[in-house]
Amino acid sequence: MPLPETEMAAASAPVVAAATPAPVSAPTRAEAFDVERVRADFPILRRQIREHPLVYLDNAATTQKPRAVLDAIARYYANGNANIHRGVYVLSEEATAAYDAARVTVQRFLNARAAREIIFTRNTTESINLVAQSFGRRQVGAGDEVLITHMEHHSNIVPWQLLCEQMGARLRVAPIDDRGVLQMDEFERLITPRTRMIAVVHLSNSLGTINPVRDIVELAHRHGVPVLIDASQSVYHMPVDVQALDCDFLCFTGHKTYGPTGIGVLYGRESLLEAMPPYQGGGDMIRSVTFEKTTYADLPNKFEAGTPNIAGVVGLGAALAYLSGIGFAAIAPHEADLLAYGTAALSEVKGLRFVGTAPEKASILAFVMKGAHPHDVGTIVDNEGVAIRTGHHCTQPIMDRFGVPATARASIAMYTTRAEIDALVRALERVREMFPR
Amino acid sequence: MSDLRELYQEVILDHNRRPHNFRELDGADRHADGFNPLCGDRLAVYVNLEGDTVVDATFVGSGCAISKASASLMTDMVKGKSLDDVRRLFEQFLELVTDERAQVDDALLGKLAVFAGVRDYPTRVKCASLAWHTLRAAVEDRHETITTE
Repeated sequence: MPLPETEMAAASAPVVAAATPAPVSAPTRAEAFDVERVRADFPILRRQIREHPLVYLDNAATTQKPRAVLDAIARYYANGNANIHRGVYVLSEEATAAYDAARVTVQRFLNARAAREIIFTRNTTESINLVAQSFGRRQVGAGDEVLITHMEHHSNIVPWQLLCEQMGARLRVAPIDDRGVLQMDEFERLITPRTRMIAVVHLSNSLGTINPVRDIVELAHRHGVPVLIDASQSVYHMPVDVQALDCDFLCFTGHKTYGPTGIGVLYGRESLLEAMPPYQGGGDMIRSVTFEKTTYADLPNKFEAGTPNIAGVVGLGAALAYLSGIGFAAIAPHEADLLAYGTAALSEVKGLRFVGTAPEKASILAFVMKGAHPHDVGTIVDNEGVAIRTGHHCTQPIMDRFGVPATARASIAMYTTRAEIDALVRALERVREMFPR
Repeated sequence: MSDLRELYQEVILDHNRRPHNFRELDGADRHADGFNPLCGDRLAVYVNLEGDTVVDATFVGSGCAISKASASLMTDMVKGKSLDDVRRLFEQFLELVTDERAQVDDALLGKLAVFAGVRDYPTRVKCASLAWHTLRAAVEDRHETITTE
């Protein structure tokens, strides 16, 4: 049983990292954002790659981890490792307290009403599958419709396709324009009396488009349709407040918020989570088990079968505390400056064309180069120590929409610098030399 | 840049710019499609046979410089060879691009030796070998799309 929040503050001494929830309200910082100080927190940024300093521009795939996260995980395993919830000994109580404290950290990070609205999963993909299968199978019936957009990651397409196949429902897709902007009039037109679920990405991983999710939720709710928001790409760039958005479900993954891999989050509105059947059965999610009848645990445990990724949860708590400690008030202007700087700098590269030019955009610089395949671009810039993503970015429908087999994508994080953008541009000049056009 | 020139040899860049045998083969005896989901490369390989001998080989498709040059040089090389020789060449080529200590037959490989640099870039091995896997499927008369994954 998780401790109620009030008791948690009085939980046993924090031998383990963060036995109390970390404050997540961003302190207002008068001083300018000091990117070098932030970079010093990330050990990996001191690495050399092929005799060049690492220029890591694949943050949309995964972010690097600050020392605070590495230490929290190491401390947990070195000093605090035990299984949670059932132990009556000190170590287990500490581990349980740390686990529950991290849930409160996530709750505050998303401004959820209660910690029991936060479910730990493996990643965004598992969060979406949980909703599609547990909520979706009761919500969506034969002849009904699920509405998504053309810019979804495969993780927000395939679970709904599976659901639609199972239920005899229809997946509908709202189009985007040539800049990668969701066509809201079409989106609205596609909400029909048969629409039973809407799932939409907040920030597109391959275009950088920021969707007007607040408007989408309002529109959907006018039609009585629940909304899931895939916030994987947005939560580390901008504040995400589930109460302000009024969304019904929201998912993100730990490893893109400067936290570890293998830990994800599902926020769900309590009344919906309460009514949903378990997704997986097993230990930890039960109240009592006999061969005749099993009763399930209360939220959030009902959705957390089996021993969870305790170290991952501890690491995620440390990551969100770190992120909040710096604060979006400082991070957002820095990243906005980099995006503008990068857009201008890359525009100067001959034969380069951006894929994704929405006016409301963050973090992502995706492009193709005339005469040079993205994969060749990726290899050549890697030779200069610059790590970017090349391929379809798990968004094949977007590649088809823009008529390209793949793109090259640079994506920024709080520790990115203008000098790193310059290094990318210099590396792209190498591409131009080798593949002249 | 010197390292990169090991990978992107002039021959490879030339074949990328002006690929040989880059056309469909109407009524080809054998044909197969290949796909590399990693980078979106797609290509189709066509083969004409006389008895046991490859008399013509062509390809079409889109891909990176490595995969295009590989398909281009491959279709040049296999023409006039018996299916047994093509199979041997395929094995030698795979060894060349994957094994640092490969004991390859330089005489047999000929121009294909320019792909030796690929082995230093493990993620690019699939680019170099896609055309060959597709060719093998074609001569073995397999019709499912060959993928590198």
